[in-house]
Amino acid sequence: MGYLRESDVVVIGGGIIGTAILRELSKYDLKSVLVEKEPDLATGTTKANSAILHAGFDAPAGSLKAITNVRGNALYHILENQLDLDIKWTGSLVVATDEEELATLTELLERGQKNGVKDLAILSPEEVLKKEPNLTQKVTGALWAPSAGICWPFQAAVAFAQCAVQNGAEVLTNCRVEKITVSDGRVQEVVTNQGVIKTKYIINAAGVYADEIAKLAGDSSFTINPRKGEYILFDKTATATMVEGVVFPTPSKKGKGVLVCTTTHGNTFIGPSAEDIEEKDDAGVTVNGMEKIITLARKLVPSIPLGAAITEFSGLRAVSDTGDFIIREAQVKGLIHAAGMQSPGLTAAPAVAEEVVEIIRNSDLRTVLKANFKSVLPRKIIFERLSRQKQAELIAQDKKYGRVICRCETVTEAEIVNAIQESCGARTVDGVKRRTRAGMGRCQGGFCGPRVTQILARELDIPITEVLKERKDSHLFYEKFSGKEGEL
Amino acid sequence: MSNLYDVIIIGGGPAGLSAAYSAYQNGAQKILVIERDRELGGILQQCIHNGFGLHHFKEELTGPGYAHRCIELIKDKPEIETLIDTMVLDILEDKTVIVVSPERGLLELKGKTVILAMGCRERTRGAIRIPGERPAGVFTAGAAQRMVNMEGYLPGKKIVILGSGDIGLIMARRMSLEGCQVKAVLEICPFSNGLTRNIVQCLEDYEIPLYLSHTIVKIHGQERVTGVTVAKVDAKMQVIPGTEFEIECDTVLLSVGLIPENELSKNLSLAMHPLTSGPIVNQKRETSSSGVYAAGNVVHVHDLVDFVSEEAEIAGKFAALEAQGLKENDKRQVKVIPQDGIRTCVPQQLSLGGAAESFKLFMRVGSPETKVKLEITSGEHLLLSKMMAVAKPSEMIAVELSSEKASMIDNDVIVSLKREV
Repeated sequence: MGYLRESDVVVIGGGIIGTAILRELSKYDLKSVLVEKEPDLATGTTKANSAILHAGFDAPAGSLKAITNVRGNALYHILENQLDLDIKWTGSLVVATDEEELATLTELLERGQKNGVKDLAILSPEEVLKKEPNLTQKVTGALWAPSAGICWPFQAAVAFAQCAVQNGAEVLTNCRVEKITVSDGRVQEVVTNQGVIKTKYIINAAGVYADEIAKLAGDSSFTINPRKGEYILFDKTATATMVEGVVFPTPSKKGKGVLVCTTTHGNTFIGPSAEDIEEKDDAGVTVNGMEKIITLARKLVPSIPLGAAITEFSGLRAVSDTGDFIIREAQVKGLIHAAGMQSPGLTAAPAVAEEVVEIIRNSDLRTVLKANFKSVLPRKIIFERLSRQKQAELIAQDKKYGRVICRCETVTEAEIVNAIQESCGARTVDGVKRRTRAGMGRCQGGFCGPRVTQILARELDIPITEVLKERKDSHLFYEKFSGKEGEL
Repeated sequence: MSNLYDVIIIGGGPAGLSAAYSAYQNGAQKILVIERDRELGGILQQCIHNGFGLHHFKEELTGPGYAHRCIELIKDKPEIETLIDTMVLDILEDKTVIVVSPERGLLELKGKTVILAMGCRERTRGAIRIPGERPAGVFTAGAAQRMVNMEGYLPGKKIVILGSGDIGLIMARRMSLEGCQVKAVLEICPFSNGLTRNIVQCLEDYEIPLYLSHTIVKIHGQERVTGVTVAKVDAKMQVIPGTEFEIECDTVLLSVGLIPENELSKNLSLAMHPLTSGPIVNQKRETSSSGVYAAGNVVHVHDLVDFVSEEAEIAGKFAALEAQGLKENDKRQVKVIPQDGIRTCVPQQLSLGGAAESFKLFMRVGSPETKVKLEITSGEHLLLSKMMAVAKPSEMIAVELSSEKASMIDNDVIVSLKREV
């Protein structure tokens, strides 16, 4: 039986961590393959989190979280331009509302300085309210971290993958890992639903499933406990009554708390809740979760405009039982974990990738840096952001720029076609949504959903009935009944 | 082709088409209708059921039939141009309208007057915060209707409908006719928000159960919807614990309200009404921005398309007159103030001056009422007093004030619904 692929490194998991690692690997003369079980990249934790590029004052000094957070934040300042990422360096506020919390801010400030975070400052209530006038009048001060920002995590993951692919790496979607073959104390093969990949190294970036992947190789050294975070997203029209940046409450032992935060697209969200759950695929939103985040968010911004909510969602954070990121080679030779990537995993991702590749560089695998690594991705065309003149020029070149498909976000047919045709392109309606914003606005795809479905069917040359919303088997439409008796 | 128009109409649905014909009848020489879809007619084109036009065309038509009548009235008129497959990107304060289309590219058009006729959109799952998973199979009823009636696909086979608004009721019947199993229609209110005739003809005739004071508390399914958990709610619309039950289904259709589509109006900074979610207009359907008129569901959600056409004809007339320099100078504005059971009333303002003309008020009540007296007053004057056996939130109350009554208005107009003592 032939192999599906023969590779040096297989990365398991197409989230922000896996794709960042794939990109880092693609700088070297290695045969690297990323496998993702879903039809698209970044459909797990990466698609549903707070999207914050943290400054790095939360984690204890010396921890992997602290080190990779601060380094990752710096790397995004470089990657932003190379990969054409939507990032707003908004800075972040941690708001105190009493004297006790104010004291905690000083602790955070000192911890941040130890971690190497620059320009942290404690602001007076007046300074805080000047930045964010809709905050509660009870504010007693805030920690200001100017290096924090917000990004579009899905876009970042896809861009990492695209960069890796343009440097020779490969991405296999719909590729679920079923077994890992180990012999002589060393990994040999990754058995997937598509076939067997022979490999020298495996990188486990499987998010909430990382412990299960480890177990496939006989490694039970850690467990991952999913922690659900629920969010409510608001229409852009509500932004004026909420916040312009990133606003945290003062953290407690249980975590960073419920924040009120803007997005790269100009919306605002509140969340997340933090509930430890059993099921690794339970990403449902709950009445209790929503009520909790509404109550807590109102402590920061008293006038949360619930009528302007456009969607609710939840994501699962991969919480490891070690309390820190797990970045190390396993007992089993050739298996490297990049696991337990709860916050600040998104921020840390490019630095985690460096750490992982450092392990490989120090291994028996020959790693040679490529002389011609292509670090820059082609610029994407976003019709809405162009000048009228540029828009007119584009339509003259391609009529599809003249047809607006998503009217809430002004996304044209050409942009949707590009999102499908590009490298690591969209294969699902949600994939189009996350690449182009079509369906992300206030009508939530009510108008453009059927049209996006039709464009996907046309571009992928599949029947309408095979177009998926997101996951395998998430079909949207059916053929009409043929009229034969006994059907249904 | 000159880019200066007497009247530019945004939207080629029933409001836009009726406004265009009325503008033409009232002397406008250069009228433009802009439609984003591939054909004129708006949402009517997917409403293949009948029941339209009894008031306006005095006969019962289907949605496409009604649209066809409107299109027939404006076609082959050199005064009226139409642009389809064309999206308005922006409307500027000086009534420059920026549009984009695949065939003509980016155009800057200028109107002496502009009529907003963009209609409305459906409220979504997110706006009402339904808990549960996010599988495929949750659609707004209108999106599903388009897929079934215009594109020829089914959104699913075992259906639960949340909300008993008219689109939900119509879709319950439509899906049944397609051979689907409609398992339930759920309504969180203790009363239906649809027309009585639709309850009878779309649910009762098909033996589809309507659960009043019930809602979905959870949607199940990882990939595709597998079912919903339903529960009863109390008078405050809070779920009553212990009343939950499961319904197996592969599709949830949402008919949970319509919202006037006013994103373009917001760019114009029009004065908006918080309850109708549309621009505040006077009896001529003028908005707070000079030369900008509005009509149809963009102003307030109507129950019947016939009233949409009626309102659009008003906007078309006065926009046409203004474009010809025939606008009357208004001396002063008074407010129309809804009270005691009347939730909304359009127009919200009246401009006084010139000869008083008769006009209509369109009202909605907040909750169902029986045996009530509708009273309309202005200062000392009682303009109208009318007994009503029933008043329902789902049905608009339309009353006409004669020119004689209109001439008596010298102060804010109070519209109230008084319960019989």
